[in-house]
Order: sequence, then C-alpha cells, then structure tokens
Amino acid sequence: MLFSEILRMAFGSLGVNKLRSFLTMSGITIGVFSVIGVMTTVTAMRGSIETGLSILGVNMFQIGKNPTGIQLSGENRRRVEQRRNITLEQAQRYRQLMEGWTDVVCLKVFGRDGPVQVTYANRKTEPGVNFGGTNEHFLVANQYSIEAGRNFTPEDIDLARPFAIIGQDVLRRLFPAESPLGKMIKVGSRTYTVIGTFAAKGSNFGQSQDDIVITPITRFLSDYGAARFSVNIATQAPSQEVYNETVDRAITAMRMVRSLQAEQENDFELYSNDSLIAVFAQVADIVRAGALVISAIALLAASVGITNIMLVSVTERTKEIGIRKSIGARSRSILLQFLIEAVVLSVSGGVVGIAIGVVTGNLLAVWLNAAVVFPWDWAVIGLLTCTVIGVSAGLYPAMKAARLDPIESLRYE
Amino acid sequence: MIAPLPPAAAARSYRTPGNLVIRIEGVTKLYRMGAETVHALRGVNVEIRRNEYLAIMGPSGSGKSTLMNMLGCLDTPTAGRYDFNGKNVAHMVDDELAEIRNREIGFVFQTFNLLPRSDALHNVELPLVYAGVGPAERRERAFEALRNVGLGDRVHHRPNELSGGQRQRVAIARALVNRPSILLADEPTGNLDSRTGEEIMALFEQLYDQGNTIIVVTHEEDIARHARRIVRLRDGLIERDERS
Repeated sequence: MLFSEILRMAFGSLGVNKLRSFLTMSGITIGVFSVIGVMTTVTAMRGSIETGLSILGVNMFQIGKNPTGIQLSGENRRRVEQRRNITLEQAQRYRQLMEGWTDVVCLKVFGRDGPVQVTYANRKTEPGVNFGGTNEHFLVANQYSIEAGRNFTPEDIDLARPFAIIGQDVLRRLFPAESPLGKMIKVGSRTYTVIGTFAAKGSNFGQSQDDIVITPITRFLSDYGAARFSVNIATQAPSQEVYNETVDRAITAMRMVRSLQAEQENDFELYSNDSLIAVFAQVADIVRAGALVISAIALLAASVGITNIMLVSVTERTKEIGIRKSIGARSRSILLQFLIEAVVLSVSGGVVGIAIGVVTGNLLAVWLNAAVVFPWDWAVIGLLTCTVIGVSAGLYPAMKAARLDPIESLRYE
Repeated sequence: MIAPLPPAAAARSYRTPGNLVIRIEGVTKLYRMGAETVHALRGVNVEIRRNEYLAIMGPSGSGKSTLMNMLGCLDTPTAGRYDFNGKNVAHMVDDELAEIRNREIGFVFQTFNLLPRSDALHNVELPLVYAGVGPAERRERAFEALRNVGLGDRVHHRPNELSGGQRQRVAIARALVNRPSILLADEPTGNLDSRTGEEIMALFEQLYDQGNTIIVVTHEEDIARHARRIVRLRDGLIERDERS
C-alpha cells in the first residue's frame, strides 16, 4: 500500500474533526513555539552583537567597581559589596597615568536616584531620561556624534560648567520648534545650558539611546554628591595590536590609583566587548535552558494529549477499522494509518509552532535592533522531535487499532 | 403497492458449476462465553463450486453467522479443514487471511458498511488501495464497477446522499471491483424495503449470469428462493442441502 495513500487518509480523517485536531495540535505548537521563539531571538541578538555594533566602541574596555556577571556566589557578592567606590580623583589620576599611551579615557557616572524628568519652560520629558556626567570622550567611547552645537571641552570639565548635551528624544520633547542651543533646561532644581545635541542613534536592546542628557562629570558630582557615585572608566587602546598591552597598563595604573599591595586582588572589574558578549552568552544560555525545559514539559503534556485523542479516535472508528479489515486491509496498514495520523498531527503542530516562533522571535529581534534570522538547526531539531513524539504518542493507539478483531469491529455501533 | 414477487423458477438461467472454490470438511467452531462453551459449528461439510448461486439459511443460533465469517476468512475454524481455491486457510495467519479477503472475497453486508465520509468512488476504490493498484487504474476500475451496478451517475455522492438501495449497490460494486472468486452477502436485503430488496436480488441474478459465484446468507425464504442451491443449518450442523 502506498505511503502517499496513507498520508492522504490521515489528512482526510484529521480534517473530519477540525476543532479536535486543532486543539490537540496546539499543545505541540506551544511547546515548539516557546523554544523556537527564544532560539530565534537569542540567535538574532547574538548575531547582531558579534558582527554588527559593538557594545563598546572599537578597541575599548571599561573599568568599574562591580562586575556585570550574574550568579555570584554569596562570598563573591560580599567581597564586591565591600569595594570602595572609584572616585573622580582616582579616575583622573588613572587618566594621568595613561596619558602618553592613550588620550581617550572617558569617565562617566550615570544613574541618579529615581526617574529623571527634564523640563524647559512649560514642556517636560517623560520620566526616565538617561542622565549622567561624563567628559569630552563620551562621544568616542559610546559612538555618539554631535548634530548641532559642540562637544564638551576639557575646560568645561575642569571648571564644572553647567552645560548639557541632549539626545534627539529630549530635543523633540522640549524644543519642537526652536533651537535648543544656549537654552536653559532643568533637571530637578538644577539648571543646565544646552550647548549641543546628539545625532539620532536609534534603540539598542529595546532602549532608546536618544533619551539622554549628559553634563560634565565634575558638575554632576558636585550637584548630586560625589560620595554616592562610583566612576566608570572607558579606555580606548590606540590600536588593535596594542589592545592587550593597553589592558595590562590599565590594570597596573588602576592598582596604583587604588593603592593596592602586590598581594591584594584587584578591587575593580575590567570588561571588554568580549567579556560583555560572554555575559550575554551566559544570560542567553540560562534563557535557552529555561525555554528548553518549558517546551519539554509542554511537549510531554501534548504527547499525552495526542495519545488520548488517538485512543478516542480508534474507539470511534472501530467500525471503520472493521470495514477496512473485511475488505483486505492488513494489520500493518491499519497500524500505519493511525501512526501516520498521530505524526501528521504532531508535525503540523510543530510546523505552526516554528512559523509562529520564527515570526515572534524576529519581531522581538527587530524591536531590539537585531537582524532577522531563521534558526534552521532548531527548526530541524523541532521537526524531528515532533516526529518522534508523533510516533511514540501514536504507537499504542495504533497497535490497539491494528489488533482489533474484524468480526467484533464490524458489529460495533 | 408492492410488486408481487416473481415466481421463483420463472425464466432463470442455470450455469454449469465449475472448479471447486470452497471445500469445508468437518469444521467445528467453539466459543467460550464466560464459563460456558458454545458449539457454534459441530462438524460442517460443504463444497462450493465456481458459478454457483447458493443460499445459506437457518434460524438465529444455527451457526450461520459463524459459517459466514468462516467462509469470508474473517475467522478460522477450531478444527477441520477449509480449502479455498485449493489452499488450506484454516491455519493461515492474519495477514494471509487479509490477502484472501482482499483478492478472493467480496463482502456485502446487511448494513452496507460504507465509509460515511468517502464518496461512492472512493469507497469502491478501497479494496484496490489495499491491493496496491495504482491511482489511475483504480479509478477506472471503480468507475466501471459502479457503472455495472447502475450507479455511473452517482460516483461522487457520499453514502448519506444515496438511498438504501443505492448504498447497497455501491457496496456490491466495492465487493466486485477486485474480481473476487466469491461474492459473500450477509442478509443483503435486511435493511431494505421489499421492493428495493427485489431490485438488489435482480442485480444478483444479473451478476450470476455474468459469471459470478454468489453466496447469500439469509433467514428469509423469499430471498433464499432466488438461489440455485439452499444449504440449511440447524444447531451447528447442515440439516439439508437442496438444489433446484
């Protein structure tokens, strides 16, 4: 008996109970969707991080008080919590030590308490503006560019001038119809003069990078209390070739600044693009493992559902089985018919799950500024899994159908 | 008005019986029903030849259903010998029996037993599907079989769009489509009014004339009278075997 014939039969009988088939399929769909959706998103984001935009600027690394990683053991966390803040003086001292080797050292402090709202005249932004203090190297370190006005000068920083450079989102909200340059904006009770605007940068990981206001770090710390903040230091190596050497020098300089003895461990963290990617990969692995667990549970439940519905189907179609046997169907043909039906049910559910998962995952990826991907490997794994589920869920009902006695089945009403 | 039955012996053809198709020798069948053992057949001997038109009669409990299931290779005897076209089927395994049912036996049931969701053509094609016949030939032969029972214009109707008589014709077309050695009909008119029943019996007459071997299992004398030979069963034994 031809395989295509059995396949046609399977689709035929599934079409008879459309709602039931759909409901049974949906379990598989959900299971496959969750894993494919997550894999698509993660793959798309990793691709965009590794190939496209780097998180930090070219050849940059950052030094900060706290590590970016997660799952710190209790002991580690305690040690990190005891670390002293990196003060502005330490950061400036570090900068002096690096002078002559590299000039691009960006100091920055972000994150005042509570959501920041910026106002101008009677207009105001949404709360949650990214507001921080930094220096003239912020542009290079974070790949911003000036659209109008000018960047900070070293003098602005030294003198702690109350200047601000604003992003496009802030510009649109506060100055829809006028030039912002020279205007006074307010953050809380403090006033800053706008001296420049950033060119639009779009969003990254779902966060707008244009909802930003920066001010000289000196000003920021004197306005909001130097003791409360730890300075982040971004350093750019002069070239790729001397990147590692730059990192070594940076660590040495930082240890001097922090007055560490030879036997003491670093009390600061250094992260590069690579280490940030590694952190992302670590997070991605956890998310992926979670998705796999969820989908495994969903698929297990769905396969029980398929077995159940196939058993119902065998009972309902006892007469049909009797008829088929009486006109010469072998047990194997009946077995295959029901087995294929279960596989078709499961694989169709899987295909729908893959489709929804890829679309959803990519929508998420696009929203997070990543390129569209199709996770072939996971799609294939998904389909194979569905086939295995279909066979294993359908085997018992199909064997039951194949073993039915033709005389008894013909009598069944 | 129901048309009067035609006189049983009016203008009917007799065809010379040919080779032996079925030979049953000392066949018994025991069923266990709980603690009791039922002797459905107690040693039946019968021979059926090609071109015969035979009726098996008997009251309920006489063993005629059991004999029919046996003849149709749906069941195997507890003891005794059953040769079908010279092959002993008494000890065949399920798949071999399925093959005999597919190629050598055409069933016609009281309740038609068509697949409700398939049209007439697909129902008739089904035995050919299991015989491994390709789609084009299958279709052609199914068409022909339906034309032969007068349903050439109903091929795409589903069973519920057909009358009882038409459904039974579809079932007969299905039974004959694989050119079986015997047509085995179990109370073929039992679910039909007597007029339609007579039409079906007339069709059987025609099929007999075309060279088919027909076995009808019935408890109705009027139906049995159409056959050329009547085998009467009682209490699991053949009581009489009469030829007209």
